[in-house]
Amino acid sequence: MTPTIQGAVKSLGYAAGSLLTVTSLSVEDVAAILAATDRIERMADAERVRLLAGRRIALLFYESSTRTRTSFELAAKSLGAITTLVSDKSSSIEKGESLKDTGLTLRALGAECIILRHANSGAPYLLAKSTGLPVLNAGDGMHEHPSQALLDLRTILVRVPGLNAGRIDEKTLAGVTVVITGDILHSRVARSNAMLLPRLGARVLLCGPKELLPESALGLGAGVEIERDFDKALKQAQVAMMLRIQRERLAGLELDLGDYIARYQLNEERLAACAPGALVMHPGPMIRGLEISGEVADGPNSAIEEQVRHGLSVRTALLVRALSTGGFESVTV
Amino acid sequence: MSDVLILNGRLVDPASGVDAARDLLLRGGRIAAVEVPGGFKGVKVAETIDAAGMVVAPGLVDVHVHLREPGQTYKESIATGTAAAAAGGFTSVVAMPNTVPVNDSVAGLEWMLDATRGACVKLFAMPAATFGSMGEEITDFHELRRAGAVGFTDDGKPVLHDRVMREALVAAAGIGVPVSQHAEDTRLTGGCSMNAGPVAFRLGLRGMTVEAEARIVERDIRLLRDIERHDGLRPHLHVQHVSTAKAMDLIRGAKAEGLHVTCEVAPHHFTLTDEAIGDYDSNAKMNPPLRNDADRLAMIAGLMDGTVDCIATDHAPHALFEKEQEFERAPNGITGLETALGLALRVLHKGHGMTLRRVMELMSAQPAGIVSLEGRGTLKVGSFADVVVFDPVAEWSFEAKRSRSKSRNTPFDGAPMLGRVAFTLSEGRVVFKG
Repeated sequence: MTPTIQGAVKSLGYAAGSLLTVTSLSVEDVAAILAATDRIERMADAERVRLLAGRRIALLFYESSTRTRTSFELAAKSLGAITTLVSDKSSSIEKGESLKDTGLTLRALGAECIILRHANSGAPYLLAKSTGLPVLNAGDGMHEHPSQALLDLRTILVRVPGLNAGRIDEKTLAGVTVVITGDILHSRVARSNAMLLPRLGARVLLCGPKELLPESALGLGAGVEIERDFDKALKQAQVAMMLRIQRERLAGLELDLGDYIARYQLNEERLAACAPGALVMHPGPMIRGLEISGEVADGPNSAIEEQVRHGLSVRTALLVRALSTGGFESVTV
Repeated sequence: MSDVLILNGRLVDPASGVDAARDLLLRGGRIAAVEVPGGFKGVKVAETIDAAGMVVAPGLVDVHVHLREPGQTYKESIATGTAAAAAGGFTSVVAMPNTVPVNDSVAGLEWMLDATRGACVKLFAMPAATFGSMGEEITDFHELRRAGAVGFTDDGKPVLHDRVMREALVAAAGIGVPVSQHAEDTRLTGGCSMNAGPVAFRLGLRGMTVEAEARIVERDIRLLRDIERHDGLRPHLHVQHVSTAKAMDLIRGAKAEGLHVTCEVAPHHFTLTDEAIGDYDSNAKMNPPLRNDADRLAMIAGLMDGTVDCIATDHAPHALFEKEQEFERAPNGITGLETALGLALRVLHKGHGMTLRRVMELMSAQPAGIVSLEGRGTLKVGSFADVVVFDPVAEWSFEAKRSRSKSRNTPFDGAPMLGRVAFTLSEGRVVFKG
């Protein structure tokens, strides 16, 4: 077969410390990020606040967000950084300013790192290329949410019994089956987790109806499988990660919600019958009574609030990584 | 116009069945004589081109280009687009009607074809099949044909309604020109920016399915059959930029059935797959999109077995600021005039063993035939002196920054090419010298 010319197509570099996709992280990178997370978490507030004292971080949000925005902002402030929030609703973006020009403007104002949430998949690549700044992808369209996958990983390491959180390698999650259920098609959280967790040895089982989980999802990589029967999937689960149906991205697709709830809702009966010991996770925002019952969300298996707390910690490490030229040396304790 | 001799070259002229060492005399913008080497000894001319080691072939014909004039001359103009054509070895190009305003009137067509636009190769045009390319009401095919139309198309969009497409095919059949269809069922592709499949899933982009292309091709073939049966006409459907194995199979079947269907394939569709999008490279975004490797190979199979009638570039220039946007917001299209020959020779001739004669046929004689260009696409005595002279073994890399086009939106910046154009002559005038 003829070689295609794709190899010759130029690819541009991105600033070190950028996190655009989990696929750019080696297992060693993941280990370093988690180790730095631990160290920063253990620091006294007065010490932590010196890590990025006076550094300028811009939060550029083109989509609404509660958890991600607040936790990045609080993480930055806990490190002593100066943050500014730019959202599409109250900026020149409304006047038609491009992403590139918005990025260049933030850079001219002294931003050293941009945290971007955007409705278009791939937007962080464009911003990173245009500005040369480290960019942290805080969720781009249906593509990825890398910091979410890292905080989910940390949650799993802490909560699933028998794992050695101190040793991160290709076997750390061996024997762990993570069932991700729901609107996989529109979920950047699902993509990031499905591409990150198998590299640490986990088996990821995707579960959902065809409309929300096409077969092409198997292309995410080795270690990813599809099981459409939720009960069958749950019976294999150490972790049950539930996803919201993203009404804003359904684009005309119509679902029978009653049928969906009957087949895919995680409720107490189902959990007790299929996976009484499983850790229950949800990246939020959750719609109680739809993909998850309130009882399960608030129940003993749930790690949902803990995920949010890990988010804050992991994001401090990602910010330090983005802004320290020499990696994590500045946070060695 | 001064006389020109092209000596010592290998003449490859599929239309006259010649592939041999020949010298050519060009006079008055026409091919005056073709002789065995040395046959013009003693003939005095103003200019002599030494084509030793070169292929001398009919100037290339592209039935699908966007020159952006009128209305979007920041992307391209007729002058710059045809200069890029000349640099790529093309001597005839057919401009699509999606200008601003849409080319849907005799006045618009005449303005576009006017000599003062500054085309440096022969410019032809396909006006819109429907007013404003809105897909509702067909334009005045008779008057437009009289003013020079070589076919009709709403390119960029399909003619979606069955009734309107049927009317267009019937009207075009009456005057012997094709309806050129952009085969995309846009009811299935809303919000899509690339090919459907694992790559789109991984990138989180909505994908255009193979069915969206196949459904329109299937519908159009059904209309052809119906018109032949019930109207006693023989309409000509030209399927633009085929990109899927499924559509290729439908076209193969329709040809076997004897219907008058022709089709084109663009170089990017036989060279690249959707993996070329990489990190959301908007220079790899076009419509129809890059497909998977099975589809790419099906394009090559169609080119090899004769199902495909011609290579067409779908040259679609866009300004840098337009491509420097979020992938989903960036416009569709890439430039192609200066890379078509280099890719065809590299991928089809060298990579897949297609004869040089067949490559030339796909890029000159056959496209000229599709739009019935009298005296073009061949170097028979009496034809227009539209000639390309190229070194068939020269390997080089395309550099976008050296393009003659106003725009630089190509996924082939830095890509290897085979075969380099040395001279392009349009009606006996040298319009490009490599």
